[in-house]
Amino acid sequence: MEGLDAVVVGGGLAGLAAAYRLAKDGLAVILFERGDHPGSKSMTGGRLYLEPVRPYLPELWEEAPLERMVTKERITAMAEGASVTFEFTSEGLRRPQPHSWTVLRSPFDRWFGEKVAEVGGFVIPQRKVTDLLKEDGKVVGVVAEGEEIPAQVVILADGVLSPLGEKAGLRGPLDPRYAAVGFKEVIRLEQGEIEKRFGLREGEGLAHLFFGSITKGVFGGGFLYTNRESLSLGLVVGIEAFTERLPAEMPELLEDFKARPEVAPLIEGGELLEYSAHLIPEGAHRVVKRLYGDGVLLAGDAAGFALNHGITVRGMDFALASGALAAQAVKEAKERGDFSSGSLARYEELLKGSFVLKDMEAFGHTSEVLAHGRLYDRYPYFLCSLAEEFFRVGAGPKEKISRTLWRFAKDLLLDSKTWKDLWRMREL
Amino acid sequence: MKVEEKLALGFFRTDDRSHIVLDQEACRACDLKVCLKICPAGLYSISEETGEVVVEYAGCLECGTCLLACPKGAIRWEYPRGGYGVQYRYG
Repeated sequence: MEGLDAVVVGGGLAGLAAAYRLAKDGLAVILFERGDHPGSKSMTGGRLYLEPVRPYLPELWEEAPLERMVTKERITAMAEGASVTFEFTSEGLRRPQPHSWTVLRSPFDRWFGEKVAEVGGFVIPQRKVTDLLKEDGKVVGVVAEGEEIPAQVVILADGVLSPLGEKAGLRGPLDPRYAAVGFKEVIRLEQGEIEKRFGLREGEGLAHLFFGSITKGVFGGGFLYTNRESLSLGLVVGIEAFTERLPAEMPELLEDFKARPEVAPLIEGGELLEYSAHLIPEGAHRVVKRLYGDGVLLAGDAAGFALNHGITVRGMDFALASGALAAQAVKEAKERGDFSSGSLARYEELLKGSFVLKDMEAFGHTSEVLAHGRLYDRYPYFLCSLAEEFFRVGAGPKEKISRTLWRFAKDLLLDSKTWKDLWRMREL
Repeated sequence: MKVEEKLALGFFRTDDRSHIVLDQEACRACDLKVCLKICPAGLYSISEETGEVVVEYAGCLECGTCLLACPKGAIRWEYPRGGYGVQYRYG
């Protein structure tokens, strides 16, 4: 392993994108993955937004093992015993290019690892990087369970907890305020049955988000994504918000969600294939002090790159782009023969020129807006009560719609908390 | 469906030593015991024999939620050694 240009830690999307780009450009790179293969520790909801990523990795997508092209978006506000659903579909989600795809990370990352190997990168599975090799404060390689592996530069893509990012002094420990746990079931259903059940054309898919009473007043929500022959159904729950209320046992929340009449018929007859869980950065960029140091870079979840915008939930596109840009910065550093912090500062410049840091900056405070409990009880309840008034015909005379609207609007607008929430929502 | 049954479908390669170690003294002093509720795999429980908090590390999904949530900092948690722990087939 002499003469290595780069070591990449972690076979998730950021690490794989970095290793792929480096190997393709002819640099000597090794990627270490602690699981059996890249992807064996990866988990997503999930949906990958492709548009942001294409400029950085243009050639991969024709043959990538993606699941379904999302052409139908649904959001459901849930109260106890009632719900309101919004559905959107558009030709624009199909053309000129598919906008987003559902994905299962174990097969996807595994395939990506094979691509890295095809272009000459070394992918070493079942090896955990336990420490960094340092010399005069500079990172000069890694230690993988006792073995020292020197390299010009180390790209840390070791995930949301990033123990090595801490060791490098680039970040602090993840804070419960800035993380949520996502956990889900992958449920097998026949391909045709999925299309019939969700009203989809062949190969097309649905992305469905839920918020409201399912998380019992706690920041978070539910999700359902259609894969080719399975559904991904799960919940996301804020760690700090949950510990403050402890409304139920976490596994029980998912069982309650599955039992809801809005959800139960959608998964009926399906066979559980796998249960998984993963932490999600929600404003975790705040624990990151620097994105680079002498001989070291931070990418993907480890750098806190993810944005929950309420309607769009993103992370994988940030991981892929930041990994590719880390590779770009390393390539330029090699041309200069300088892997010092000053030289690797180019990484941050590249990120600032891309959607990664532009979006992180513009929407970096959305997690604070979404942390407010009223989004998960008062507003869904409000929407459902209003819909109830619209759709119900009672025994007596029916109230005019304008009168109902006025009554509800007054109730909402006379509450000073509403105004505070509206003011906060300018961050979205 | 019970969470144990869900975990039984997964593929785990279990190390003979736990990657999660609890500071029992801190656990005894903890009233909240957030771990009992927050683990999505439901791995934390109170031992009927000893009354201590115990964790079934073999079924760990390696999310790290307990580590973040523990108010006492009583959980020493690291990723399992290379090749061990959960191996997702879908993810």
